Amino acid sequence: MSLWEFANPRKFMATTDRLVVPLFLLAALCLGTGLAWGFFFAPDDFRQGSTVRIIYLHVPSAMMAINSWVMMLVASLIWLIRRHHVSALAAKAAAPVGLAMTLMALFTGAVWGQPMWGSWWEWDPRLTSFLILFLFYLGYIALWSSVENPDTAADLTSMLCVVGSVFALLSRYAVNFWSQGLHQAASLSLDRDENISNAFWLPLVVSIAGFVILFVALVLLRTRSEIRLRRVRALELKERIS
Amino acid sequence: MMPDLGAYALEVALAYAGSFVILIVIIGLSVMQARRTKRLLDETERRNSDA
Repeated sequence: MSLWEFANPRKFMATTDRLVVPLFLLAALCLGTGLAWGFFFAPDDFRQGSTVRIIYLHVPSAMMAINSWVMMLVASLIWLIRRHHVSALAAKAAAPVGLAMTLMALFTGAVWGQPMWGSWWEWDPRLTSFLILFLFYLGYIALWSSVENPDTAADLTSMLCVVGSVFALLSRYAVNFWSQGLHQAASLSLDRDENISNAFWLPLVVSIAGFVILFVALVLLRTRSEIRLRRVRALELKERIS
Repeated sequence: MMPDLGAYALEVALAYAGSFVILIVIIGLSVMQARRTKRLLDETERRNSDA
């Protein structure tokens, strides 16, 4: 079986029909477990106190904000190179989910920053690049809805996605590129000495898994809706011609 | 059962409440869109098969 088989809308719809509900249930299980574990049973941090509980929302949502754009970039490149409509529609479907994740990361970051930094917002490299990423999501969604021809909209939004990828990358590596600002470096590391304690790490990993699965479930559900809408437009055009 | 959130109870509660609202809105909108488009396609296909 080739991955390109899923470029066929009929094949995509038939395959994903069986996946969406189980994925939502699995996401609910992981999110429920990870967030309840982190909120009720994980200890306070010796310096940040109980605010460390915000990590179980902030880190996964920030990760998905960036990864969502990366997924849109891959789908957009497939559209630009191979002209598969499903990939363009998948990129369109992922944008509102990425926007929600970015908003959640900005919101939880502000609420966490206020007691720790004494400020809701700072023009710190990572915060600023995340705000720009948020604006790119808004621009991407606005561009899709402002162009009537779907193929032209897919072309233009794909180009915007390629340009915006610079900011998606910047928001991930801003702390490393500019060693300034208030935001700390990455909480998760493969280096055992740098990584956070297992007491925080384990519920965080379960929560991240929940966010990833929820993202996949939402993108599949929304892509199916976009494919159906495309079919409706084609049938309405046929009605008008006949 | 409820952990002692100390001086930061408001911030932690606000972060969780706001995040749940965002999650519920995006899930709710996606499910509503899915139902609406399915109904619309069914109607359009029925109309086309009748014609």
